[in-house]
Amino acid sequence: MKANSIKCCLRLSAILMLVFSLAIHGDQEIPPASKLQDALSILKQGSMADRELAVNQLADLGASSLPILQALLDGKLFTLKSDTSLVIGIDNNHGYTLSDALTGSEKGVIERSAVTKINLTNNLRVALRKIIGQLQLSADDPAIRLAAVKAMANEEDDNTQSLLKARALIEKDEDVQQAINVVLLLKDMNSSDKLIRIKAIDLLKEQNNRDVANRLNAMLEKDETGNFIEADSEIRSVAKAALIKINSRLQIYSAMETVFFGLSLGAVLVLAAIGLAITFGVMGVINMAHGELMMLGAYTTYVIQQLMPNHLGISIILSIPAAFMISALVGILIERGIIRFLYGRPLETLLATFGVSLILQQSVRSIFSPLNRSVATPEWMSGSLQINDFLSLTWNRFYILVFCLLVFMLLLQILKRTRLGLEVRAVAQNRTMAKAMGIPTAKVDAMTFGLGSGIAGVAGVALSQITNVGPNLGQAYIVDSFMVVVFGGVGNLWGTLVAGFILGIANKFLEPFSGAVLAKILVLIFIILFIQKRPRGLFPQKGRAADS
Amino acid sequence: MKLIGLGDDKLAMTVLFVLAAVTFIIPICNLMLPADSALHFSAYTVSLLGKYLTFALLGLSLDLVWGYCGILALGHGAFFALGGYAMGMYLMRQIGTRGVYGDPLLPDFMVFLNWKELPWYWLGFDQFWFAMLMVVLVPGVLAFVFGWLAFRSRVTGVYLSIITQALTYALLLAFFRNEMGFGGNNGLTDFKELLGFNIQSEAVRAILLMLSGMALISAYLICRWIVSTKLGRVITAIRDQESRVRFLGYRVEMFKLWIFVFAAMLAGIAGALYVPQVGIINPSEFSPLNSLEIVIWVAMGGRGTLYGAIIGAVLVNYSKTVLTGLMPEIWLFSLGAVFVGVTILLPDGIVGLLKRRLQELQS
Repeated sequence: MKANSIKCCLRLSAILMLVFSLAIHGDQEIPPASKLQDALSILKQGSMADRELAVNQLADLGASSLPILQALLDGKLFTLKSDTSLVIGIDNNHGYTLSDALTGSEKGVIERSAVTKINLTNNLRVALRKIIGQLQLSADDPAIRLAAVKAMANEEDDNTQSLLKARALIEKDEDVQQAINVVLLLKDMNSSDKLIRIKAIDLLKEQNNRDVANRLNAMLEKDETGNFIEADSEIRSVAKAALIKINSRLQIYSAMETVFFGLSLGAVLVLAAIGLAITFGVMGVINMAHGELMMLGAYTTYVIQQLMPNHLGISIILSIPAAFMISALVGILIERGIIRFLYGRPLETLLATFGVSLILQQSVRSIFSPLNRSVATPEWMSGSLQINDFLSLTWNRFYILVFCLLVFMLLLQILKRTRLGLEVRAVAQNRTMAKAMGIPTAKVDAMTFGLGSGIAGVAGVALSQITNVGPNLGQAYIVDSFMVVVFGGVGNLWGTLVAGFILGIANKFLEPFSGAVLAKILVLIFIILFIQKRPRGLFPQKGRAADS
Repeated sequence: MKLIGLGDDKLAMTVLFVLAAVTFIIPICNLMLPADSALHFSAYTVSLLGKYLTFALLGLSLDLVWGYCGILALGHGAFFALGGYAMGMYLMRQIGTRGVYGDPLLPDFMVFLNWKELPWYWLGFDQFWFAMLMVVLVPGVLAFVFGWLAFRSRVTGVYLSIITQALTYALLLAFFRNEMGFGGNNGLTDFKELLGFNIQSEAVRAILLMLSGMALISAYLICRWIVSTKLGRVITAIRDQESRVRFLGYRVEMFKLWIFVFAAMLAGIAGALYVPQVGIINPSEFSPLNSLEIVIWVAMGGRGTLYGAIIGAVLVNYSKTVLTGLMPEIWLFSLGAVFVGVTILLPDGIVGLLKRRLQELQS
């Protein structure tokens, strides 16, 4: 959708520009539209000399011919065998989807043998690349300009340098300006003047740019004969100092990235554990089917997405209440059907709910097949937020973090401000007393269990965005979420939140040293040892409730 | 018999009698009679029965900690698997040059991983006595360290259950790693001989069945004896009212630790008997699901009775064999239903049901 509308805008602006230039030069020169036509008809002719001429003519026409040139470079420009018209073809599985090169109108799908590709020589390709770069540099979209600048960083020729310098004078976008500066400074590092080079290094050390770091690294290396690639020792020492500065920043950014990954893993753990914490805290019941309730939520997302494949974004939003309802209903069924017969026998409840988890797992396996299903990610959740060259945050993990905090806050408010929350807290503190005060404990139990299960379903929606959805989804998280609850302590939601984030971050910081599996084992061992010291978790319940 | 009050318990006597019959008659038939005789059991049946008996021993050991001491250990399978690995390591060393790569010292998977020498923890496993020592020592030491930490700081109830589950889960993840040197994903397999006898031969199978049965019977008698002593009474009291026992001046954690370590060792022995009969040990034995299955054997048979665990283990595993053979999808459904049904409808298990019937008949 978005990409299409950008394309539309581009095309529109190209046409507008065309019309505009027509109005100015219309009477003295050949109109550009027919110029384009001319160039294209030359392009169609066989010889390479003709093609070079046509490419140059197209280049003179400015940004409007960019799509054609790009298609030519990518080998997507064809002549139709039937009427020798020029078309741009996009490969699909059956043939080419065609659009007219001149007008851009759709021309349907055609088989591969009905078109002839317009070939290029290597020389022409190099020239074409440069022309496209120039055109892109003056494109209206800053993102295209930025990409063009970055592509030019690797070209060794004076022409690009003067081109960039010219652009730098008129560039208004800050990011593009910045990128041009970096590329120019990088080119200054090749200068024969020592002072220019030192100055360039000095300026570049403030940049968070991977190219700069690589370049400085390369300067400090030795070649095969053992001599430094950079002969001048003064420049070497300047470069070394700059590199140290860049590397220290790089470390800070990578630590920030690890914290972010840890927080997002923690968010998943918190989402998985928080429902468990509620049921455990209020009813003293360990729900071994909690992981399977998460799995149900994930499958709900999958089913809703199958029902409306063209509206990914909406389907995800819709999945949240749907998953909550389905998991909550199943949860209430489990409570009414099984758990209420087992109150006061927590160990038996654990076994019975484990039985439920097996049944749920096998049902899903029978209905949806044992294979993993993948849930598509809507566009606004994919990709990443590029803060600089050293730090980029993936959107889906970012959203999950935000989502986790939202769910947490909402739950906190429910427990603090609603009637249900009041009753839940009363029952958690002293069941008998609450009953004596007229609180319908059986109803509260069912509602609590439904709430906890519903949150598991919502966690499943979040999980579907980062892993594949399969019958074993719940099992993979159940031990981890128990650990979070045990580590955080029962009866305090903040404990769950803090414990989840601590465990997530600890896991991610250990991973680079020990590998993912060992990191997990270390964390498990840590929790087992921690429980010895503080058997009731980080934030233990106080008062009489703690005795039981 | 009088000492442990067996004579009064008709059900226990019946179970013991059947056990003795399976233990002695089947192997003797197989060893003495020619292969075409009607009383000659197939190799498949023999190793299947042997497997059930080791499971029964495992269930028995869990019943001791859960049924009598109230510790719902959800990681009991870990001790079984560790005993199995100790046995497996001995059997691996016995392969010698007959492996695929023919390395006299290194097992195949180590050659495959390009290891040059045997890790230190594999040393000594070429000696049978050392391996047998490790079968009880490794689970015992792990149980001791874990139990000492857990019981001393009074971790009880579901907390304890969950950290025992975390223990076996951590071990599962660890044993999956190739770097651990236990064969990673594939585990230890392709065994050739045990004490110089071909492990595939029918005679060895029959003797292994007999050994498993004897181990089970003696373990049962020993457990029965333990629970009938004063020590056993204290342990049962801890199950029923832990703080009261502590106030009476008993050091509760020591009793719990003792029984936990003993049960872990029994589980290790069960694992060691299991491995040569099935011919493989791999990390999946550590999976939390396996440990939960042990719990359900005991719950189904009737906990706190010892012989109930034996009945439960054999019954559940027999149905598993039948059901997974007939229609694999049904197995998890029925296992789940058993979990739910037993906890709600049969809190005392099959033994409780049978006892009630017997009383009704008598009155």
